[in-house]
Amino acid sequence: MIRVELPVGLSTLAGTGREIQIDVPGEVTTQTVLDAVEREFPVLRGTIRDHTTHQRRPFIRFFACEQDFSNEPPDTPLPDAVVSGREPLLIVGAIAGG
Amino acid sequence: MAGVRVLVGTRKGAFILTSDESRKEWDVTGPHFAGWDIYHMKGSPVDTNRIYVSQSMGWFGQTIQRSNDGGKSWEAVGNEFTYDGVPGTHQWYDGTEHPWEFTRVWHLEPSLTDPDTVYAGVEDAALFKSTDGGQTWSELSGLRTHATADGWMPGAGGMCLHSIIIDPTNHERIYVAISAAGTFRTDDGGTTWRPVNTGLSSAHIPDPDADVGHCVHSIAMHPKKPETLFMQKHWDIMRTDDGATTWHEVSGNVPSDFGFPIEVHAHEPETIYVVPITSDMEHYPPDGKLRVYRSRTGGNEWEPLTNGLPQEHCYVNVLRDAMSIDSLDSCGVYVGTTGGQVYVSPDSGDTWQAIVRDLPSVMSVEVQTLK
Repeated sequence: MIRVELPVGLSTLAGTGREIQIDVPGEVTTQTVLDAVEREFPVLRGTIRDHTTHQRRPFIRFFACEQDFSNEPPDTPLPDAVVSGREPLLIVGAIAGG
Repeated sequence: MAGVRVLVGTRKGAFILTSDESRKEWDVTGPHFAGWDIYHMKGSPVDTNRIYVSQSMGWFGQTIQRSNDGGKSWEAVGNEFTYDGVPGTHQWYDGTEHPWEFTRVWHLEPSLTDPDTVYAGVEDAALFKSTDGGQTWSELSGLRTHATADGWMPGAGGMCLHSIIIDPTNHERIYVAISAAGTFRTDDGGTTWRPVNTGLSSAHIPDPDADVGHCVHSIAMHPKKPETLFMQKHWDIMRTDDGATTWHEVSGNVPSDFGFPIEVHAHEPETIYVVPITSDMEHYPPDGKLRVYRSRTGGNEWEPLTNGLPQEHCYVNVLRDAMSIDSLDSCGVYVGTTGGQVYVSPDSGDTWQAIVRDLPSVMSVEVQTLK
Protein backbone atom coordinates (compact mmCIF):
# COMPACT_ATOMS: atom_id res chain seq x y z
CA MET A 1 0.00 0.00 0.00
CA ILE A 2 1.16 3.49 -0.78
CA ARG A 3 0.92 6.08 1.96
CA VAL A 4 -0.25 9.55 0.93
CA GLU A 5 -0.44 12.53 3.24
CA LEU A 6 -3.08 15.09 2.32
CA PRO A 7 -3.24 18.75 3.31
CA VAL A 8 -5.87 19.49 5.94
CA GLY A 9 -8.29 21.10 3.49
CA LEU A 10 -8.37 18.01 1.33
CA SER A 11 -8.50 15.47 4.12
CA THR A 12 -11.51 17.34 5.48
CA LEU A 13 -13.10 17.39 2.05
CA ALA A 14 -12.50 13.68 1.56
CA GLY A 15 -13.60 12.80 5.08
CA THR A 16 -10.34 11.02 5.87
CA GLY A 17 -7.45 11.38 8.22
CA ARG A 18 -4.39 13.26 7.07
CA GLU A 19 -2.80 10.04 5.83
CA ILE A 20 -4.51 7.64 3.48
CA GLN A 21 -3.27 4.30 2.20
CA ILE A 22 -4.08 3.20 -1.31
CA ASP A 23 -3.30 0.40 -3.68
CA VAL A 24 -1.46 1.65 -6.75
CA PRO A 25 -1.28 -0.84 -9.60
CA GLY A 26 1.83 -0.83 -11.79
CA GLU A 27 4.66 1.63 -11.50
CA VAL A 28 4.42 4.10 -8.64
CA THR A 29 4.64 7.66 -9.93
CA THR A 30 2.90 10.87 -8.96
CA GLN A 31 0.54 10.25 -11.86
CA THR A 32 -0.41 6.70 -10.89
CA VAL A 33 -0.71 7.63 -7.23
CA LEU A 34 -3.01 10.55 -8.05
CA ASP A 35 -5.02 8.37 -10.40
CA ALA A 36 -5.55 5.95 -7.53
CA VAL A 37 -6.33 8.72 -5.04
CA GLU A 38 -8.95 10.17 -7.38
CA ARG A 39 -10.48 6.74 -8.02
CA GLU A 40 -10.77 6.11 -4.30
CA PHE A 41 -11.87 9.65 -3.45
CA PRO A 42 -13.71 11.17 -6.44
CA VAL A 43 -14.36 14.32 -4.42
CA LEU A 44 -10.67 15.15 -4.81
CA ARG A 45 -10.83 15.28 -8.59
CA GLY A 46 -9.91 18.74 -9.75
CA THR A 47 -8.57 19.81 -6.36
CA ILE A 48 -4.97 18.60 -6.84
CA ARG A 49 -4.63 18.73 -10.61
CA ASP A 50 -6.75 19.83 -13.53
CA HIS A 51 -9.61 17.53 -14.50
CA THR A 52 -8.61 17.33 -18.14
CA THR A 53 -4.96 18.23 -18.53
CA HIS A 54 -3.87 16.72 -15.20
CA GLN A 55 -1.64 19.76 -14.73
CA ARG A 56 -0.77 20.31 -11.07
CA ARG A 57 -2.67 23.18 -9.47
CA PRO A 58 -0.30 26.11 -8.95
CA PHE A 59 -0.19 26.01 -5.13
CA ILE A 60 0.10 22.25 -4.76
CA ARG A 61 3.45 20.54 -4.20
CA PHE A 62 4.51 16.88 -4.19
CA PHE A 63 7.31 15.93 -1.80
CA ALA A 64 8.76 12.53 -0.93
CA CYS A 65 11.89 11.49 0.96
CA GLU A 66 12.93 15.14 1.21
CA GLN A 67 12.80 15.55 -2.56
CA ASP A 68 10.51 17.82 -4.56
CA PHE A 69 8.67 15.99 -7.33
CA SER A 70 6.36 18.92 -8.11
CA ASN A 71 8.04 19.85 -11.35
CA GLU A 72 9.22 16.42 -12.36
CA PRO A 73 7.46 14.66 -15.23
CA PRO A 74 4.41 12.93 -13.71
CA ASP A 75 5.61 9.53 -14.87
CA THR A 76 8.85 9.84 -12.87
CA PRO A 77 9.17 6.80 -10.57
CA LEU A 78 8.84 7.67 -6.89
CA PRO A 79 11.55 6.49 -4.44
CA ASP A 80 11.65 2.90 -3.23
CA ALA A 81 10.78 4.09 0.27
CA VAL A 82 7.43 5.34 -1.04
CA VAL A 83 6.86 2.18 -3.07
CA SER A 84 7.51 0.03 -0.02
CA GLY A 85 5.31 2.16 2.21
CA ARG A 86 8.11 3.26 4.53
CA GLU A 87 7.66 6.91 3.53
CA PRO A 88 4.53 8.79 2.38
CA LEU A 89 4.06 10.91 -0.69
CA LEU A 90 3.32 14.33 0.72
CA ILE A 91 0.72 16.43 -1.09
CA VAL A 92 1.34 19.90 0.27
CA GLY A 93 -0.50 23.19 0.04
CA ALA A 94 2.32 25.60 -0.73
CA ILE A 95 3.03 28.54 1.50
CA ALA A 96 1.12 31.37 -0.12
CA GLY A 97 0.82 33.91 2.63
CA GLY A 98 2.81 36.88 3.78
CA MET B 1 -44.31 27.26 12.23
CA ALA B 2 -43.01 29.93 9.89
CA GLY B 3 -39.43 30.98 10.12
CA VAL B 4 -36.29 31.77 8.21
CA ARG B 5 -33.00 30.10 7.40
CA VAL B 6 -30.22 32.52 6.55
CA LEU B 7 -27.35 31.09 4.51
CA VAL B 8 -24.17 33.07 5.09
CA GLY B 9 -21.07 32.57 2.95
CA THR B 10 -17.82 33.94 4.36
CA ARG B 11 -14.12 33.98 3.62
CA LYS B 12 -13.57 31.10 6.01
CA GLY B 13 -16.65 28.93 5.86
CA ALA B 14 -20.43 28.89 5.81
CA PHE B 15 -22.84 29.65 8.61
CA ILE B 16 -26.55 28.95 8.92
CA LEU B 17 -28.73 31.20 11.05
CA THR B 18 -32.27 30.13 11.83
CA SER B 19 -35.12 31.80 13.63
CA ASP B 20 -38.86 31.76 13.92
CA GLU B 21 -41.14 34.40 12.49
CA SER B 22 -40.25 36.92 15.17
CA ARG B 23 -36.60 36.89 14.04
CA LYS B 24 -35.43 37.85 17.52
CA GLU B 25 -33.77 34.68 18.80
CA TRP B 26 -31.31 32.94 16.52
CA ASP B 27 -29.67 29.56 16.31
CA VAL B 28 -26.27 29.70 14.64
CA THR B 29 -24.40 26.73 13.17
CA GLY B 30 -21.00 26.71 11.53
CA PRO B 31 -18.46 27.08 10.29
CA HIS B 32 -19.41 24.55 7.68
CA PHE B 33 -16.55 23.88 5.21
CA ALA B 34 -14.20 25.61 7.65
CA GLY B 35 -11.39 27.55 6.09
CA TRP B 36 -12.84 27.63 2.58
CA ASP B 37 -14.13 30.62 0.66
CA ILE B 38 -17.89 30.34 0.40
CA TYR B 39 -18.74 32.73 -2.38
CA HIS B 40 -22.40 31.80 -2.46
CA MET B 41 -25.00 29.40 -1.18
CA LYS B 42 -28.64 29.30 -2.16
CA GLY B 43 -31.65 27.09 -1.62
CA SER B 44 -34.11 25.79 -4.16
CA PRO B 45 -37.36 27.77 -4.13
CA VAL B 46 -39.34 24.57 -4.71
CA ASP B 47 -37.55 22.41 -2.14
CA THR B 48 -36.15 24.35 0.77
CA ASN B 49 -34.17 21.31 1.91
CA ARG B 50 -32.09 21.46 -1.26
CA ILE B 51 -29.19 23.90 -0.85
CA TYR B 52 -26.25 24.46 -3.18
CA VAL B 53 -22.92 25.86 -2.03
CA SER B 54 -19.95 27.24 -3.94
CA GLN B 55 -16.87 26.23 -1.95
CA SER B 56 -13.47 27.25 -3.25
CA MET B 57 -9.92 27.94 -2.18
CA GLY B 58 -6.85 29.19 -3.99
CA TRP B 59 -4.94 25.97 -3.29
CA PHE B 60 -7.61 23.44 -4.16
CA GLY B 61 -9.92 25.18 -6.62
CA GLN B 62 -13.66 24.73 -6.83
CA THR B 63 -16.00 22.31 -5.13
CA ILE B 64 -19.79 22.33 -5.14
CA GLN B 65 -21.61 21.07 -2.08
CA ARG B 66 -25.24 20.07 -1.93
CA SER B 67 -27.58 19.45 0.96
CA ASN B 68 -30.86 17.53 0.76
CA ASP B 69 -31.85 18.16 4.35
CA GLY B 70 -31.70 21.89 4.84
CA GLY B 71 -28.02 22.06 5.67
CA LYS B 72 -27.80 19.30 8.27
CA SER B 73 -25.60 17.20 6.01
CA TRP B 74 -23.70 17.82 2.80
CA GLU B 75 -22.32 15.94 -0.15
CA ALA B 76 -19.78 17.14 -2.67
CA VAL B 77 -21.12 16.99 -6.21
CA GLY B 78 -19.57 17.82 -9.56
CA ASN B 79 -16.82 20.39 -9.82
CA GLU B 80 -15.82 20.09 -13.46
CA PHE B 81 -16.52 23.36 -15.23
CA THR B 82 -15.08 22.99 -18.70
CA TYR B 83 -15.66 25.68 -21.27
CA ASP B 84 -17.34 24.52 -24.42
CA GLY B 85 -14.93 24.13 -27.35
CA VAL B 86 -11.75 26.16 -27.62
CA PRO B 87 -12.29 28.97 -25.11
CA GLY B 88 -10.42 31.73 -26.92
CA THR B 89 -9.40 34.97 -25.26
CA HIS B 90 -10.73 38.11 -23.65
CA GLN B 91 -9.06 41.40 -22.83
CA TRP B 92 -6.65 41.50 -19.90
CA TYR B 93 -6.02 44.50 -17.66
CA ASP B 94 -3.06 45.57 -19.78
CA GLY B 95 -4.98 45.31 -23.03
CA THR B 96 -3.43 42.02 -24.10
CA GLU B 97 -5.45 38.98 -25.04
CA HIS B 98 -5.89 36.58 -22.13
CA PRO B 99 -7.09 32.98 -22.35
CA TRP B 100 -10.43 32.22 -20.78
CA GLU B 101 -9.65 30.42 -17.50
CA PHE B 102 -12.09 28.99 -14.99
CA THR B 103 -11.35 30.22 -11.49
CA ARG B 104 -14.45 29.81 -9.33
CA VAL B 105 -18.22 29.90 -9.08
CA TRP B 106 -19.48 33.25 -7.90
CA HIS B 107 -23.20 32.62 -7.90
CA LEU B 108 -25.55 29.64 -7.89
CA GLU B 109 -29.13 30.15 -9.02
CA PRO B 110 -31.47 27.20 -8.53
CA SER B 111 -34.31 26.74 -11.00
CA LEU B 112 -37.70 28.11 -10.06
CA THR B 113 -39.37 24.77 -10.81
CA ASP B 114 -36.90 21.89 -10.50
CA PRO B 115 -34.62 21.35 -7.50
CA ASP B 116 -32.16 19.38 -9.63
CA THR B 117 -31.65 22.22 -12.09
CA VAL B 118 -29.26 24.97 -11.10
CA TYR B 119 -27.26 27.63 -12.90
CA ALA B 120 -23.72 28.67 -12.00
CA GLY B 121 -22.15 32.02 -12.82
CA VAL B 122 -18.39 31.70 -12.94
CA GLU B 123 -15.10 33.55 -13.33
CA ASP B 124 -13.89 33.91 -16.10
CA ALA B 125 -17.37 34.96 -17.08
CA ALA B 126 -19.58 32.16 -18.30
CA LEU B 127 -22.85 30.51 -17.40
CA PHE B 128 -23.11 26.81 -16.63
CA LYS B 129 -26.19 24.67 -16.04
CA SER B 130 -26.74 21.40 -14.24
CA THR B 131 -29.91 19.34 -14.54
CA ASP B 132 -28.81 16.51 -12.26
CA GLY B 133 -28.47 18.27 -8.96
CA GLY B 134 -24.99 19.59 -9.58
CA GLN B 135 -23.35 16.30 -10.54
CA THR B 136 -22.47 17.47 -14.06
CA TRP B 137 -22.25 20.93 -15.57
CA SER B 138 -22.60 22.13 -19.15
CA GLU B 139 -21.78 25.57 -20.40
CA LEU B 140 -24.44 27.69 -22.06
CA SER B 141 -21.73 28.87 -24.36
CA GLY B 142 -23.79 31.24 -26.48
CA LEU B 143 -23.03 33.88 -23.86
CA ARG B 144 -19.24 33.52 -23.75
CA THR B 145 -19.05 33.25 -27.52
CA HIS B 146 -21.07 36.40 -28.07
CA ALA B 147 -19.51 38.60 -30.74
CA THR B 148 -18.43 41.15 -28.13
CA ALA B 149 -16.81 38.65 -25.72
CA ASP B 150 -13.24 38.94 -26.95
CA GLY B 151 -13.38 42.57 -25.84
CA TRP B 152 -14.69 41.93 -22.33
CA MET B 153 -12.32 42.96 -19.56
CA PRO B 154 -12.29 41.97 -15.88
CA GLY B 155 -13.23 44.32 -13.09
CA ALA B 156 -10.91 44.61 -10.10
CA GLY B 157 -12.42 41.49 -8.55
CA GLY B 158 -12.00 39.39 -11.68
CA MET B 159 -14.20 38.86 -14.70
CA CYS B 160 -17.08 37.26 -12.92
CA LEU B 161 -20.64 36.41 -13.84
CA HIS B 162 -22.24 37.26 -10.52
CA SER B 163 -25.95 37.81 -11.09
CA ILE B 164 -28.52 35.44 -12.58
CA ILE B 165 -32.24 36.22 -12.67
CA ILE B 166 -34.80 33.87 -14.19
CA ASP B 167 -38.03 35.52 -15.35
CA PRO B 168 -40.72 33.77 -13.28
CA THR B 169 -43.31 34.25 -16.02
CA ASN B 170 -41.10 33.02 -18.85
CA HIS B 171 -38.31 30.66 -17.86
CA GLU B 172 -36.71 30.98 -21.27
CA ARG B 173 -35.82 34.56 -20.37
CA ILE B 174 -32.77 34.86 -18.14
CA TYR B 175 -30.74 37.93 -17.23
CA VAL B 176 -27.10 37.78 -16.18
CA ALA B 177 -24.62 40.46 -15.19
CA ILE B 178 -20.87 40.41 -15.63
CA SER B 179 -18.15 42.63 -14.21
CA ALA B 180 -17.10 44.42 -16.30
CA ALA B 181 -19.05 43.54 -19.41
CA GLY B 182 -22.58 44.49 -18.41
CA THR B 183 -26.00 42.90 -18.47
CA PHE B 184 -27.09 40.26 -20.98
CA ARG B 185 -30.45 38.65 -21.71
CA THR B 186 -31.49 35.43 -23.34
CA ASP B 187 -35.02 34.75 -24.55
CA ASP B 188 -34.41 31.16 -25.59
CA GLY B 189 -33.22 29.53 -22.38
CA GLY B 190 -29.58 30.42 -22.82
CA THR B 191 -28.83 29.53 -26.41
CA THR B 192 -28.44 33.08 -27.69
CA TRP B 193 -27.77 36.28 -25.78
CA ARG B 194 -27.71 39.98 -26.35
CA PRO B 195 -26.27 42.80 -24.30
CA VAL B 196 -28.98 44.91 -22.68
CA ASN B 197 -27.17 47.99 -21.48
CA THR B 198 -28.82 50.84 -23.34
CA GLY B 199 -29.06 53.80 -21.01
CA LEU B 200 -26.05 52.89 -18.91
CA SER B 201 -23.26 55.43 -18.87
CA SER B 202 -19.86 54.57 -17.44
CA ALA B 203 -17.00 57.03 -17.28
CA HIS B 204 -14.36 54.30 -16.96
CA ILE B 205 -14.69 53.13 -20.57
CA PRO B 206 -13.71 55.04 -23.70
CA ASP B 207 -17.28 55.24 -24.98
CA PRO B 208 -19.42 55.79 -21.88
CA ASP B 209 -22.54 54.57 -23.69
CA ALA B 210 -20.98 51.49 -25.27
CA ASP B 211 -23.00 48.30 -25.69
CA VAL B 212 -20.66 46.39 -23.37
CA GLY B 213 -17.94 47.19 -20.84
CA HIS B 214 -20.13 48.41 -18.00
CA CYS B 215 -19.32 47.30 -14.47
CA VAL B 216 -22.72 46.16 -13.28
CA HIS B 217 -22.53 45.20 -9.61
CA SER B 218 -25.91 43.54 -9.13
CA ILE B 219 -29.45 43.42 -10.49
CA ALA B 220 -32.78 42.60 -8.86
CA MET B 221 -36.36 41.92 -9.88
CA HIS B 222 -39.70 41.54 -8.12
CA PRO B 223 -41.34 38.34 -9.34
CA LYS B 224 -44.71 40.03 -9.83
CA LYS B 225 -43.23 42.74 -12.01
CA PRO B 226 -40.71 40.94 -14.22
CA GLU B 227 -40.34 43.68 -16.82
CA THR B 228 -38.93 45.95 -14.13
CA LEU B 229 -35.39 45.40 -12.96
CA PHE B 230 -33.18 47.45 -10.71
CA MET B 231 -29.42 47.73 -10.97
CA GLN B 232 -26.60 48.87 -8.73
CA LYS B 233 -23.82 49.78 -11.09
CA HIS B 234 -20.21 50.68 -10.29
CA TRP B 235 -21.64 54.16 -10.05
CA ASP B 236 -25.38 54.84 -10.56
CA ILE B 237 -28.56 53.13 -9.50
CA MET B 238 -30.58 52.22 -12.56
CA ARG B 239 -34.01 50.94 -13.45
CA THR B 240 -35.68 49.40 -16.48
CA ASP B 241 -39.37 48.85 -17.15
CA ASP B 242 -39.05 47.07 -20.47
CA GLY B 243 -37.09 43.94 -19.68
CA ALA B 244 -33.72 45.70 -19.73
CA THR B 245 -34.13 46.99 -23.26
CA THR B 246 -33.56 50.48 -21.89
CA TRP B 247 -32.38 51.71 -18.49
CA HIS B 248 -32.65 55.04 -16.73
CA GLU B 249 -31.00 56.37 -13.63
CA VAL B 250 -32.87 56.53 -10.30
CA SER B 251 -29.99 57.44 -7.98
CA GLY B 252 -31.84 60.51 -6.73
CA ASN B 253 -30.80 61.67 -3.27
CA VAL B 254 -28.56 58.84 -2.02
CA PRO B 255 -25.34 60.19 -0.48
CA SER B 256 -23.33 58.08 -2.92
CA ASP B 257 -24.63 56.09 -5.86
CA PHE B 258 -21.70 53.70 -5.63
CA GLY B 259 -22.44 50.37 -3.98
CA PHE B 260 -22.76 46.68 -4.56
CA PRO B 261 -26.09 45.03 -3.65
CA ILE B 262 -29.64 45.98 -4.57
CA GLU B 263 -32.80 44.20 -3.47
CA VAL B 264 -36.57 44.51 -3.85
CA HIS B 265 -39.10 44.20 -1.02
CA ALA B 266 -40.92 40.86 -1.01
CA HIS B 267 -44.41 42.35 -1.19
CA GLU B 268 -43.90 45.85 -2.60
CA PRO B 269 -42.41 45.85 -6.10
CA GLU B 270 -41.60 49.55 -5.91
CA THR B 271 -39.74 49.34 -2.59
CA ILE B 272 -36.04 48.81 -3.10
CA TYR B 273 -32.90 48.79 -0.98
CA VAL B 274 -29.27 49.74 -1.56
CA VAL B 275 -26.23 50.22 0.67
CA PRO B 276 -24.29 53.29 -0.47
CA ILE B 277 -20.51 53.06 -0.31
CA THR B 278 -18.35 56.16 -0.38
CA SER B 279 -16.57 55.61 -3.68
CA ASP B 280 -14.79 53.14 -5.91
CA MET B 281 -11.61 53.74 -3.90
CA GLU B 282 -13.27 53.94 -0.49
CA HIS B 283 -15.29 50.78 -0.01
CA TYR B 284 -16.99 51.84 3.20
CA PRO B 285 -20.14 53.78 4.06
CA PRO B 286 -20.10 57.58 3.78
CA ASP B 287 -19.23 59.31 7.07
CA GLY B 288 -18.55 56.00 8.80
CA LYS B 289 -22.32 55.38 9.17
CA LEU B 290 -23.80 52.12 7.95
CA ARG B 291 -27.04 53.17 6.32
CA VAL B 292 -29.29 51.01 4.21
CA TYR B 293 -31.26 53.26 1.90
CA ARG B 294 -34.86 52.47 1.03
CA SER B 295 -36.93 53.89 -1.76
CA ARG B 296 -40.67 53.30 -1.71
CA THR B 297 -41.04 54.94 -5.10
CA GLY B 298 -38.93 52.62 -7.20
CA GLY B 299 -35.94 54.93 -6.94
CA ASN B 300 -35.09 58.65 -6.96
CA GLU B 301 -36.49 59.32 -3.47
CA TRP B 302 -34.48 57.52 -0.82
CA GLU B 303 -34.55 57.45 2.99
CA PRO B 304 -31.74 56.29 5.25
CA LEU B 305 -32.46 53.35 7.55
CA THR B 306 -30.27 53.61 10.62
CA ASN B 307 -32.12 52.34 13.68
CA GLY B 308 -29.91 49.61 15.10
CA LEU B 309 -27.09 50.01 12.58
CA PRO B 310 -23.71 51.48 13.63
CA GLN B 311 -23.68 55.23 13.09
CA GLU B 312 -20.08 55.99 13.90
CA HIS B 313 -16.67 54.56 13.09
CA CYS B 314 -18.11 51.99 10.71
CA TYR B 315 -15.89 51.19 7.74
CA VAL B 316 -17.19 47.89 6.45
CA ASN B 317 -18.54 47.01 3.04
CA VAL B 318 -21.59 45.03 1.98
CA LEU B 319 -20.72 42.92 -1.05
CA ARG B 320 -22.98 42.34 -4.05
CA ASP B 321 -24.57 39.08 -2.85
CA ALA B 322 -24.60 40.03 0.83
CA MET B 323 -28.08 41.53 1.04
CA SER B 324 -31.25 39.51 0.94
CA ILE B 325 -34.92 39.63 1.87
CA ASP B 326 -37.37 37.12 3.28
CA SER B 327 -41.01 36.81 2.29
CA LEU B 328 -42.68 36.59 5.67
CA ASP B 329 -45.73 38.81 6.09
CA SER B 330 -43.52 41.45 7.66
CA CYS B 331 -40.71 41.46 5.13
CA GLY B 332 -37.26 40.92 6.58
CA VAL B 333 -34.13 42.54 5.18
CA TYR B 334 -30.64 41.14 5.85
CA VAL B 335 -27.17 42.51 5.23
CA GLY B 336 -23.80 40.88 5.88
CA THR B 337 -20.65 42.96 6.13
CA THR B 338 -16.98 42.50 5.41
CA GLY B 339 -16.53 43.04 9.15
CA GLY B 340 -18.38 39.83 9.91
CA GLN B 341 -21.69 41.24 11.10
CA VAL B 342 -25.05 40.02 9.83
CA TYR B 343 -27.89 42.42 10.52
CA VAL B 344 -31.60 41.71 10.24
CA SER B 345 -34.52 44.04 10.02
CA PRO B 346 -37.78 42.16 10.62
CA ASP B 347 -39.87 45.20 9.66
CA SER B 348 -38.85 46.14 6.13
CA GLY B 349 -35.83 48.13 7.29
CA ASP B 350 -37.33 50.27 10.04
CA THR B 351 -35.31 48.66 12.83
CA TRP B 352 -32.20 46.48 12.79
CA GLN B 353 -30.35 44.14 15.10
CA ALA B 354 -27.16 42.17 14.74
CA ILE B 355 -27.66 38.41 14.54
CA VAL B 356 -23.91 37.79 14.73
CA ARG B 357 -21.04 40.24 14.96
CA ASP B 358 -17.80 38.39 14.57
CA LEU B 359 -17.96 36.05 11.61
CA PRO B 360 -15.24 36.05 8.98
CA SER B 361 -15.76 38.59 6.22
CA VAL B 362 -19.21 37.98 4.75
CA MET B 363 -19.42 37.41 1.02
CA SER B 364 -23.02 36.33 0.60
CA VAL B 365 -26.32 36.23 2.43
CA GLU B 366 -29.34 34.37 1.13
CA VAL B 367 -32.57 33.83 3.04
CA GLN B 368 -34.96 30.93 2.83
CA THR B 369 -38.45 31.61 4.09
CA LEU B 370 -39.81 28.49 5.77
CA LYS B 371 -43.60 28.34 5.94
